[in-house]
Amino acid sequence: MIQETGANIIVHLLERQGIRIVTGIPGGMNLPLYDAFSRSTLIKHVLARHEQGAGFMAQGMTRSTGQPAVCLATSGPGATNILTAIADAKLDSIPIICITGQVPVPLIGTDAFQEVDTYGMTIPITKHNFLVRNAAELLTVIPEAFRIALSGRPGPVLIDVPKDVQNQTVTFEAWPEPGQATPTPAADPKDIAAAAQLINQAQRPILYLGGGVIHANAWETARALAEKAHIPSVMSLLGLGVLPAHHPLSLGMLGMHGARYANWALEECDLLIAAGSRFGDRATGKVAQFCPQAKIIHLDIDASEMDKIKKADIRVLGDLRDTLASLLPKIEAQDRTAWLTRVEALKKEHPLYPEAEALDPAGLIRTVGRLLPENAIVATDVGQHQMWTAQNYPHRQPRCWLTSAGLGTMGFGLPAAIGAALANPDRIVVSFSGDGSLLMNIQELATAVEENLNVKIILFDNQALGLVHQQQDLFFGKRYFASNFKFRTDFVKIAHGFGLRALTLNGSTEPEFLLEEALRTEGPFLIHVPMDVHDKVFPMVPPGAANKDMLGGDSHDRA
Amino acid sequence: MTALNLKRTVLELTVKNHPGVMSHVVGLFSRRAFNVEGILCMPVPDTDTSRIWLLVNDDDRLEQLIKQLQKLQDVIAVQQHGAAHDVFVRLETFFNA
Repeated sequence: MIQETGANIIVHLLERQGIRIVTGIPGGMNLPLYDAFSRSTLIKHVLARHEQGAGFMAQGMTRSTGQPAVCLATSGPGATNILTAIADAKLDSIPIICITGQVPVPLIGTDAFQEVDTYGMTIPITKHNFLVRNAAELLTVIPEAFRIALSGRPGPVLIDVPKDVQNQTVTFEAWPEPGQATPTPAADPKDIAAAAQLINQAQRPILYLGGGVIHANAWETARALAEKAHIPSVMSLLGLGVLPAHHPLSLGMLGMHGARYANWALEECDLLIAAGSRFGDRATGKVAQFCPQAKIIHLDIDASEMDKIKKADIRVLGDLRDTLASLLPKIEAQDRTAWLTRVEALKKEHPLYPEAEALDPAGLIRTVGRLLPENAIVATDVGQHQMWTAQNYPHRQPRCWLTSAGLGTMGFGLPAAIGAALANPDRIVVSFSGDGSLLMNIQELATAVEENLNVKIILFDNQALGLVHQQQDLFFGKRYFASNFKFRTDFVKIAHGFGLRALTLNGSTEPEFLLEEALRTEGPFLIHVPMDVHDKVFPMVPPGAANKDMLGGDSHDRA
Repeated sequence: MTALNLKRTVLELTVKNHPGVMSHVVGLFSRRAFNVEGILCMPVPDTDTSRIWLLVNDDDRLEQLIKQLQKLQDVIAVQQHGAAHDVFVRLETFFNA
C-alpha cells in the first residue's frame, strides 16, 4: 500500500506525466503543494512575478512544444489574477493545466480570507474544471485533467485544491497511469469522398488553414495537399507557419489586417477548404459577404464549429491529421495554371508594404526575420506591432509563432516568450511588443533576468495605444481620447533597473548593426524602437464591414 | 406569457451526479444568451448519474446549443423530445398562480 499526502500525490503524478517545469506564485492556500514541489528532484519551479505571467509562461511552453504545461496560483487574488491567461488558452485551444489553492473544505462558502469561487469563475473559460474534495480524488482528477486537455479539441483545465486536501494523507494501492489523449474517431469515408470530389472539380480553390492544423500536427500533410493539387492557401493568425511565408502557394494571412491579395483571392475563389479554422470574425469580416462565390468544405475536430458561423457544403468531422491523410490520395494532382496565374497577378497588383524602410515597423521586422535562424521562436503582444509582425515576419515553421489570437490579450508576449525559452533553452526567442502591451506584464522582466533566458524584446514605442489611436483616427473623427500616454516612459532605464541589457535605435545611423549585435548577445535584451504614432496597420477592414471593403486596400480601383 | 407563440422543445440530459454539474449546464445557456424556460433535475436512483430536463425555445440556435451541451465533460447524453413531452406539463399544477 502507498501512503501519501494530497500535495505529494499532485507532484508525483505531474512527474509521471512528464512535467519538468512548472510556473507559479506561492501563497497561503497552496503552501503545502509548494512544500511538496521543493522536494521534487525532477520538476523545476519558475517563480513568476504575477500569476497572469505564470499562466502565459505555461502557454509559451505549450504553444512552442505541443506538450501540456502546468501553472500554479494560490486562492483568491492568485486565482483571479490567472483567469485571463486561462481564458486566453481557451479561445486559442491551448492545453494548459492550472492548479489553484483553495481555502480548506470546512471554510468554503464562509467568505474566508482569500476565498473566491474559483470553480464557478472558471466554468466558462476552461474546457473543464475540478474542485477536489478529497485527496483520494486526485488519483483520478490529475490524469483525467491531462486526458481532457489533450483529447479532441485541446483546451485548458483547472484543478482547485483546498489546503486541507493538500495536507490530507490517503492510502492507495497503485499509482494511476498518466492521462493521455483519447483517440478521435476517424472521419466518415463518405464525407472524405465527397470533399475529394468537390476539390477535384474546383476551378479556383483556396485552402484556409487555422491553428487546428498545428494542434493536430498536420502541417506536413496540409502542405502536401496544397502542393499536390496546387491550391493557394491563406492562413488565420494562428495558422501562420503552416506554409512558410515564402512558399509559392502561400497567400499569407486573411482578414481584417490580412494581405490584400489574400482577401481579393478569396473574393474570387469557387471553393474554400477550411482546415482547423473557426471562421473567426477577424478573419471573415462580414460573414454574409465572405467568399461570395465559394462552396465550403469544413474539416475540423469539433462538431460545434460546423455551421456555427458559415454553413458548410461538406463537413468532415475528425482529427485533421487523419482526415488530411485520408483525403490526400483521393486528390488529383493538378497544375491549375489559370488560377495560379490569376493569384500571381493579384499578388503583384496588391503587394504588402512595398516601400518598407529599415526603421519602419515592417522593414525592421523583415530585417529581424532575416537575421534570425530558421528555428527562432517569435512571440508578440497585441496591437499594431502584432499585425505588422504577422504580416511581415518570414514565418518558416509551425510552433515558432506565439500570439494571442482569440482573446487578444495585451501582456501576453513577454511571459509567453519566457515560457518558450524555458522549454527550448537552445533556441532564441524574440518578443515583438508595443509600449502599451509591455507595460501590462512588465514585471516579468525580473523572471527573464533571474532565469537568464535568451529572450529579446523588440519594443515598438509610439507612446500610445496604437491600434486604439488608429481606430480613433479612422473611425472616430480623429478624436484621440485616452489613447496617448502623456508621459514618456524611459524603457531603457527600466530595463536596466531590472538588470537587462538594453539599447535604443533612436537616432541610430546603423540600426541593423545594433540589432544584429543585440540579437547575438546571450541572455535577455531589450531593443527600444521609437516610432511615429501615426504609423498605421494596413489594410484594415472596418469592424463589421466585408473584407473587400478594406481600407488601404485600394477597393476604389476595382469598382 | 409573451413567448406563447414560440416553438418549444424538451431536452433530456443524462449527467454525472456531482456538485457543479448544474452550474456547467445553466452557465452554458446564460453564456450563449439562450433562454431556459423550465428546468428540472433529480438523481437517477441506484446510479451515479442525474437527469436534467430542460424546456427551451426551438429557434435556429438550438442545434449549436445541443452541440455545446454534448461537449460538456459531465454530460453523458443529450436527447431531444418534442414540445408535446409531458414532463413539464404534468408539473403545471405546482406552478399555478
